[in-house]
Amino acid sequence: MTLLKGDTGGQVMLGLLLAVAIVVSVLNLAVPEANPLHVSTYTVTLLGKYLTYALLAVAVDLVWGYLGILSLGHGAFFALGGYAMGMYLMRQIGDRGVYGDPILPDFMVFLDWQELPWFWHGFDMFWFAALMVVLVPGALAFVFGWLAFRSRVTGVYLSIITQALTYALMLAFFRNEMGFGGNNGLTDFKDLLGFDLQADSTRVGLFIASAIALALGYLACRWIVTSKLGRVAVAIRDAEARTRFIGYRVDRVKVAIWTFSAMLAGIAGALYVPQVGIINPGEFSPLNSIELVVWVAVGGRATLYGAVVGAVVVNYGKTYFTGAFPEAWLFALGGLFVLVTLFLPKGIAGLFRQLKRRRSGAMAEGAAV
Amino acid sequence: MPSRWGAVLLLPALLLAYTAAAWGQTPAAAEAVVEQPAPTPTDGLIEASAYDTEAAVPTDADLSTQAANEVDAAPAAPDSLDAGAAGPAATDSIADTDRSTESPATPAELPSASSQARGTDTAHGGAELPKPPSLAAALAKLADPSFNVKEQAAADIAASGDPRAADLLKALLDGELYFRRDDNRIVFAERTADGWALTDALSDEALGNVGRRDARKITINNRMRSALRTNIAALTLASPDPATRLSAAKEMMGDVDDAGISALRGQLAQEDDPQVREAIELALAIAGLEAETLEERKAAVAALGTSLYPEARNALDDLIRTEQDPELLAAAQAARTEIAQRVDNMRRLETLFFGLSLGSVLVLAAIGLAITFGVMGVINMAHGELIMIGAYTTYLVQLAMPNAIDWSLFVAIPAAFIVAGLFGVAIERGVIRFLYGRPLETLLATFGISLILQQLVRTTISAQNVIVENPSWMSGSLQLNPALSLTFNRLYIFVFSLLVFVALLLVLKRTALGLQVRAVSQNRAMARAMGVRSARVDALTFGLGAGIAGVAGVALSQLTNVGPNMGQAYIIDSFMVVVFGGVGNLWGTLVGGLTLGVANKFMEPWTGAVLAKILVLVFIILFIQWRPRGLFPQRGRAAEG
Repeated sequence: MTLLKGDTGGQVMLGLLLAVAIVVSVLNLAVPEANPLHVSTYTVTLLGKYLTYALLAVAVDLVWGYLGILSLGHGAFFALGGYAMGMYLMRQIGDRGVYGDPILPDFMVFLDWQELPWFWHGFDMFWFAALMVVLVPGALAFVFGWLAFRSRVTGVYLSIITQALTYALMLAFFRNEMGFGGNNGLTDFKDLLGFDLQADSTRVGLFIASAIALALGYLACRWIVTSKLGRVAVAIRDAEARTRFIGYRVDRVKVAIWTFSAMLAGIAGALYVPQVGIINPGEFSPLNSIELVVWVAVGGRATLYGAVVGAVVVNYGKTYFTGAFPEAWLFALGGLFVLVTLFLPKGIAGLFRQLKRRRSGAMAEGAAV
Repeated sequence: MPSRWGAVLLLPALLLAYTAAAWGQTPAAAEAVVEQPAPTPTDGLIEASAYDTEAAVPTDADLSTQAANEVDAAPAAPDSLDAGAAGPAATDSIADTDRSTESPATPAELPSASSQARGTDTAHGGAELPKPPSLAAALAKLADPSFNVKEQAAADIAASGDPRAADLLKALLDGELYFRRDDNRIVFAERTADGWALTDALSDEALGNVGRRDARKITINNRMRSALRTNIAALTLASPDPATRLSAAKEMMGDVDDAGISALRGQLAQEDDPQVREAIELALAIAGLEAETLEERKAAVAALGTSLYPEARNALDDLIRTEQDPELLAAAQAARTEIAQRVDNMRRLETLFFGLSLGSVLVLAAIGLAITFGVMGVINMAHGELIMIGAYTTYLVQLAMPNAIDWSLFVAIPAAFIVAGLFGVAIERGVIRFLYGRPLETLLATFGISLILQQLVRTTISAQNVIVENPSWMSGSLQLNPALSLTFNRLYIFVFSLLVFVALLLVLKRTALGLQVRAVSQNRAMARAMGVRSARVDALTFGLGAGIAGVAGVALSQLTNVGPNMGQAYIIDSFMVVVFGGVGNLWGTLVGGLTLGVANKFMEPWTGAVLAKILVLVFIILFIQWRPRGLFPQRGRAAEG
């Protein structure tokens, strides 16, 4: 538990996560539906989705909060992880598709393809797909980061080319010729590792898996930021040139953390897809990537747990607003962007800290008197 | 810095080379206006295809079957274009024009058919007709039920030399001529409730109403139809209006009898409009392929080899298919190859024009950003929405002056500048000034503003696209030669973006405000020490950048759909242009924008619109690795800030 030493927010967050995971699972599975305490499977899935978003936000916070890289393209890694999982789920459908082809997914039959493209091979095995969930975003991030950080592309330029990256991927995945289902993406999944995706128990299982992934991802990031590597990262964030002059290989540190963050985003995407049941090129949209930066900003960056709080709060707000006042959602989201950057630069986590400091300050004063 | 100058010189040099090539090939090329049907939204902006995919993106994946009852989707874009379809359509439309112009495919048969129809009076080549038949007598014969008699009658009408002949033949062709059954008088008939209202065809005298069965339409058959067209063309060839003469000459290409040939020759002798001359010469050359002597036919082939008209290509193709004489065949094939090459050149020229047009749109969209991003170091994600505001201002201006659409743009340009500029100043004063020195946070805040502005338009005006009309002078195209025409809207917008660029350059280089803007952008603290009120300069600069975005919106409203999402479609491309060109350098934006536009359009034939765009994005990503500060990096101390 040395990892969480001094990280009150993290302790509280992980504690809450554990409690919610257990309580929600029990209330869904053990309590009969008629009981008012019953938590619907819909809610479980919704919470599971929030948790994958939270993991994605943690990945963004790692590079933005601790490395100073504002990525406007993390949605791309998330979506790539999602596509890898989606491909596995598509292969699991087998001959239960509309066209009943044992090998080819429906959309390929529809496009009159005769055989599986080479990059679809192996995705019938879960371990392979799981590996790809991490490797594909990781490889892309590595190549991209290796190019960008070595040539010292920083700041706004980097943000904009990450945006170009996800935009280009979005355009590419919209093409039917790419072999990823084009506009419609991948959907109509049946089961995962033999478990029926519509079953309550699978939903709860996925929810718990998301919670575990979030907890582990959080701890891993926490481990990185408390390690020596993390301290170098913070040094790079605050004074890149100076860190370089001291003798650290700035580009290597950046590539390492950047790639790790992309892998984390890929895992989040892989957990997201079976829960919402679809992955399409819209996930690559630059808007999504910017939105997730706002989750982190709202939660408070460079805290990690703030990212979790921000992702859950903003997405709950989104669910609520788009249901209750669909017109107002963009006003609310836009207003949030403006207000948080203007008045809450440290986010909700910063607010907590301020309150805590004020209270401890008051206590200290009281002790002095 | 040779590379810098190289890049600056590259584009004009390319342009010059192409223009020279174009002029060399068609010395007689002259400008003429060819009316086109009003552009439909899709052919208005082919390059919109790639951008508009943005609009088609479902904003949230929650549309899933499993989470069906969750209403999580953001107010989605209703105006989604079919992203995939627009790309192929762009290339198809070129192919279509080709096909449609080549479709009147049986020219070889028609002259013989019509010369048969003309019967006797073609024997002398029509050069000296005996006494022209009287119009009235010829007209009367039209009532005869025999098509042969009617054909003869039509030919006589044409030969009568009467000024009304062309109109009468046209009416006959259009099925507007009738005859009265009791006295076979030829009349115009108009449908009434229980019959016809008749007018005498010759005297225009009203003949009163008759019953439904008392007048009968003069029927014609296909053979007559083609003969009529040729005759009408020959008659209109003498029209005082060059455009009419041109279309008459075009009508006679590959479809002309001996009388027509003599009419063409006669007109050629006195024709002084170069374009009509070209068309007449071509019509004669196509007719010359059927000539008696080999020499004449060779001359005709040679003449065809210099023409860019698709009819010349068709005629040569037909000749190659049927010709026995090896010498003529070789000449025809050589001519065909030469034409193909020149048509290719024209097509390349056209692609260059499309590229420059796309580039000029990019420059227009990006140039306001270049000021706010480049000069002030502020990342304005709401820039696209300022463009949108400009476009909506155009829409509102047109609503306010529905009877003067032709003038609306001249009102809309200053109006959009002011409206968008005021929005810009408000954004700067309200939000951005608190965020200087924190570029990444400016990015987030302005993105929030962009969402608010989008929703504002959806709520106050409409979530649907609105229709912005094109003034009449924007439609149509400039026909440089038969294989190359430039649409006016693109041409004007290209010129307009250059004007905006020059104006902006002058403002920055020649005015006091420009001086202050540059001073603040180079060294804020020093400028303040010198007495520059930097806060005021910031607000004005931002207002200027926003105003230019508004003006760009006016131009874009003429090319693309105007809707709440239109800004988003341009923001990424604008950033690419600025980043590619180099921050803080307007020349970089110009060269960057035009280069990207041209590169995009030249790749499209090979890759399709979407892939071309992806490749351009990848290229920029790689380019930034190589030159992290763009094409024209800022140098010196200003670059360090």
